[in-house]
Amino acid sequence: MANDGERSSRIKLLLVDDEEAYVRILAKRLTRRNFEVTTAFSGVAGIQAARKEDFDVAVLDLKMEDVDGIEVLKVFKRMAPDMEVIMLTGHGSEQAAREGIQFGAFDYLTKPCELEDLIVKINEASGKHRQSSE
Amino acid sequence: MNDDQNQHYYKSLTRRIIVTMVVVSVIPLLLISGTIRYFFQVSYQEKVQDHLKVLIKKHRQNIDTFLSEKLANIKELGESYTFEELSNEAVLAERLKVLQEVYGRSFVDLGVVDEQGIQIAYAGPFKLRLADYSKAAWFNAALHNETYISDVFPGKRGIPHFIVTVLNEHAGKKWILRATVDFDSFNSLVENLRMGETGFAFILNRKGELQTKPRTEIVASTEPYASFLASNDALGEDVLLTDMPSKSGQDVIYVLSRLKNGDWILAFQQTAEDAYSALYTARRIALIIFALGVLCIVAVAVVLTRRVVARIMSADREKQMLNERVIEAGKLASLGELAAGIAHEINNPVAVMVEEAGWIQDLLEEEDLKESKNLEEFKQSLKQIRLQGVRCKEITHKLLSFARKTDPRPRDVQLNELVDEVVNLCQQRARYATVKINTELDPQLPPVHASPTEMQQVIMNLINNSLDAIDGRGGVVEVKTSTQDDYVVLEVGDNGPGIPEAYLPRIFDPFFTTKPVGKGTGLGLSICYGIITKMGGKISVSSAIEVGTTFHIRIPING
Repeated sequence: MANDGERSSRIKLLLVDDEEAYVRILAKRLTRRNFEVTTAFSGVAGIQAARKEDFDVAVLDLKMEDVDGIEVLKVFKRMAPDMEVIMLTGHGSEQAAREGIQFGAFDYLTKPCELEDLIVKINEASGKHRQSSE
Repeated sequence: MNDDQNQHYYKSLTRRIIVTMVVVSVIPLLLISGTIRYFFQVSYQEKVQDHLKVLIKKHRQNIDTFLSEKLANIKELGESYTFEELSNEAVLAERLKVLQEVYGRSFVDLGVVDEQGIQIAYAGPFKLRLADYSKAAWFNAALHNETYISDVFPGKRGIPHFIVTVLNEHAGKKWILRATVDFDSFNSLVENLRMGETGFAFILNRKGELQTKPRTEIVASTEPYASFLASNDALGEDVLLTDMPSKSGQDVIYVLSRLKNGDWILAFQQTAEDAYSALYTARRIALIIFALGVLCIVAVAVVLTRRVVARIMSADREKQMLNERVIEAGKLASLGELAAGIAHEINNPVAVMVEEAGWIQDLLEEEDLKESKNLEEFKQSLKQIRLQGVRCKEITHKLLSFARKTDPRPRDVQLNELVDEVVNLCQQRARYATVKINTELDPQLPPVHASPTEMQQVIMNLINNSLDAIDGRGGVVEVKTSTQDDYVVLEVGDNGPGIPEAYLPRIFDPFFTTKPVGKGTGLGLSICYGIITKMGGKISVSSAIEVGTTFHIRIPING
């Protein structure tokens, strides 16, 4: 975090999910894998976090108590069009995820997903993010 | 209890319908036939009575004509010949012969009687010359009337006869020309008047003595003769027709008319039953027809009502069964939703669990823990936790795949993948049923445009049906995909007991099931049928008893 090079090498992640236990453990594991992770435990908290800071990639649960994931996605895309969004959906709710892709989401994964799959997706998304940023 | 109530309800319904139908049909029939019967009877009786009256009048005329003719013959004879000529028996005999030649045997004899009642000349078969008639009733009457016709009497010869007389004068003295009229020829006039079995005619004189031989004995003192004889009113053309019961209780029709200026009565009688026999026959036939009609109405009402009520019963029963099945189907649907909800909720804790295990695995990588002697045990345990977590995930995925609120929108789907998924899902059940599921999938199969969830449901229903059909006896289920012309063909076959031919036309009907109540909704195949036909495909079945059943589905490739 000390120099620019390190900052640019670490991917800034925003995790948004109202299942706190899941977000916490995911954050721990991703941090250990050298991601800079910020967590938000509701749709509103996610939006507030995105307003304060810029992120490379957001991982967004589509099924949350307060705000529907798709609505959060729309806000994200308006606020920070450069931030790529990876959606998490329940199995059988792929329709919502496909809808999300139409609104500009990068891709989706069905929950529960393998950590390795998520990391692959995050790397793909940040690669795209870097390209579009340049 | 409920069944008893239903039985009672249907019985009373049957009774009510039958009674209504019979009453509604019989009452008009009764009114119409009663009216027709009454008017027909009245007019027919009038016709018969008129006919009898006319007949009697005609015969009265005939008899009157007969009598006056005889009288005229004698009168003419008396005027044409002198007393001297007629007193000559040879002349008299010759005249008799001529009369007999002209008028047949109706004239029996001729005689000339003087003022003292002595028959001075006679021609005829009897020896009555110089017979003394001064004491005879007719002689007195004849002496005071220009012409006279006597009543029938046996007279001197002892045979019933009557005489006609003409009064003449010769040289200041009266003489009488008399002729005997043959009784038989007169009697035949009346005797010919016969009707039916019991109708006959006869003649009575004023004293009620019979002037002809009636067929049965007549008691002239009984009604209505007595009153008719006693009265003097009905002279001339009048004919009296009355109808009263006889001694034997039968209704008898009497027709009475006066003859010979009221001296005689021409009577006719016939039993009503005989006179109106045609009417009574018609009445009997009508009664039989009416009875048969009522019988028919009752029979039709009973048969028709039973059929209608049976229909109503089966319709009611079907409705009840349908209700039960709809409730059952509804239950099943909500069960599916519940399962989907549970699967969704379980997903998050499982995900947390798996990630926590991953975190421990991450931490184990740190060097200071590597020294632990149980490190391998830790790793094994964590691997198991992750593995079981993955299994949970798979279970919830499968549950969700078949839950209701899934995406029914069609897209390009690879049928082979769906078949694999469903077969995997069914393997567990198949193992319990000792059924082997074989797949023979065409690797070149083009994708079809369909809703994956719906297609899954179709494949699932067909495989489940096959498993149900084999029902634990062990067997094989074959699932094949292939391409034929412009169609993708999916076949699901089993070597189960087969479907009876009688059921084949109905197996795609909603709510048709051969499974016991509560086991099948009867909706599976009809849902399959609906899904396949909606996407322009065809579903058919071929089945043979004890050989097996195969369902064929053809889906257009560019549908």
